[in-house]
Amino acid sequence: MEAILIPVIIVAVIGLIAGLGLSLAGKYLSDPPDEKFEAIRESLPGANCGACGYNGCDDYANAVKNGIAKPDKCIPGGPTTAAALSVVLGVEIEAEQKVAFIACGGDCNKSKTKYNYSGIQSCSAAAALYGGPMECSFGCIGLGDCASVCEYGGITVTDNLAKIDPALCRACGKCISACPKKLISFVPASSKVKVLCHSNDKGAKVMKACEAGCIGCTKCVKVCEFDAIKVENFLAVIDPKKCTSCGKCKEVCPRGCIN
Amino acid sequence: MVSTIVSIILAGMFTDNMVLSKFLGICPFLGVSKKVGTAVSMGAAVTLVMVLATAVTWPVCTYLLMPNFEYLQTVVFILIIAALVQLLEIIVKKFFKALYNAFGIYLSLITTNCAVLGITILNFTDGLNYVESLFNALGAGLGFTLAMFIFSGVRVRLESSKIPKSLQGLPITLIAAALVSLSFMGFAGIGG
Repeated sequence: MEAILIPVIIVAVIGLIAGLGLSLAGKYLSDPPDEKFEAIRESLPGANCGACGYNGCDDYANAVKNGIAKPDKCIPGGPTTAAALSVVLGVEIEAEQKVAFIACGGDCNKSKTKYNYSGIQSCSAAAALYGGPMECSFGCIGLGDCASVCEYGGITVTDNLAKIDPALCRACGKCISACPKKLISFVPASSKVKVLCHSNDKGAKVMKACEAGCIGCTKCVKVCEFDAIKVENFLAVIDPKKCTSCGKCKEVCPRGCIN
Repeated sequence: MVSTIVSIILAGMFTDNMVLSKFLGICPFLGVSKKVGTAVSMGAAVTLVMVLATAVTWPVCTYLLMPNFEYLQTVVFILIIAALVQLLEIIVKKFFKALYNAFGIYLSLITTNCAVLGITILNFTDGLNYVESLFNALGAGLGFTLAMFIFSGVRVRLESSKIPKSLQGLPITLIAAALVSLSFMGFAGIGG
């Protein structure tokens, strides 16, 4: 009996002393909980997704507290979280919900192909062969690399053209890095008018390659009353900060590439 | 006495190096040896915990467990080391903020470091007295730090060298570790 009882007592007593010592040390020696950190951490969604660029919500909350990170970096939380954080920090911040957007409108009916591709069904593989099977070297290849990385089922490929459903997009940015053509970027969810083309080719070349491509005619630039559109490298670019979504450029575009 | 202590420390650092000769504490050796700075912080933290753990476990084992309950060594030592590391973390966080930031996450990782448990048990296998045990722990800790320092230097070189694709990452790290260990085998037998 003793052979069992004494070791049990020894281990129990050592455990008890260690536990007591730790709890006392924790009570009297630890720093008081950081209220600001706790408040910031409470406002974050707690998804630990890492989209802000920090190792989880705790790390980001710490960076926000120390003023290293801006409070609008939380992408899943969007403006709600940013607003909550601005209350905690006592500063005004502007944050808009963002969605990913694919700047191409050339489906298989509108854009021509260079060759028949029958290799691995992946955009990045196809893009390695002469820039992909499409005549337009800037446009969507349509093999769905973006759709396969999207965890929320927000991207569908129809008629060889990928489309993002803004309602399903959580702006995680995975499709942006998956696209070999760098067609995808974040746009404010509120902006309704976007240029559905990414081609920097000259007008004549775009004319031949795709029915939906921007030819850089500058009609939209002239019609815009808010100076929101510019043509750079034969491609119309809308500044979402100036755009009021009046839709005049959409009406005047001869190629129907503003939508 | 002094010569015994010197030989114990030298043995801990070179001939009986924890990592490179006894193969204990391999996890931090491979895990946190990517940069020289973090490797040395880890080594310093391990040295500190080794000495403190020995200071507590030696009397507990000698006066409480010997001679009938020696088999409890592992259980009791783990319990004591874990509690000790936690306590140390609280104290360091409270009073030595700069040190806490330098140790970072490594201090709490040491809770489960087998080199620390190893040294506390080896003290009894080697039949050392209290003072000798403390210096043995110090030597082992310094040896660990030395191994971490040398190996992190090797790894910094590895980063910038061309490595065949099949060997990139862990394979080349293990080969490099084996070579460093082999070089430490050259100390074997020195000092008797």
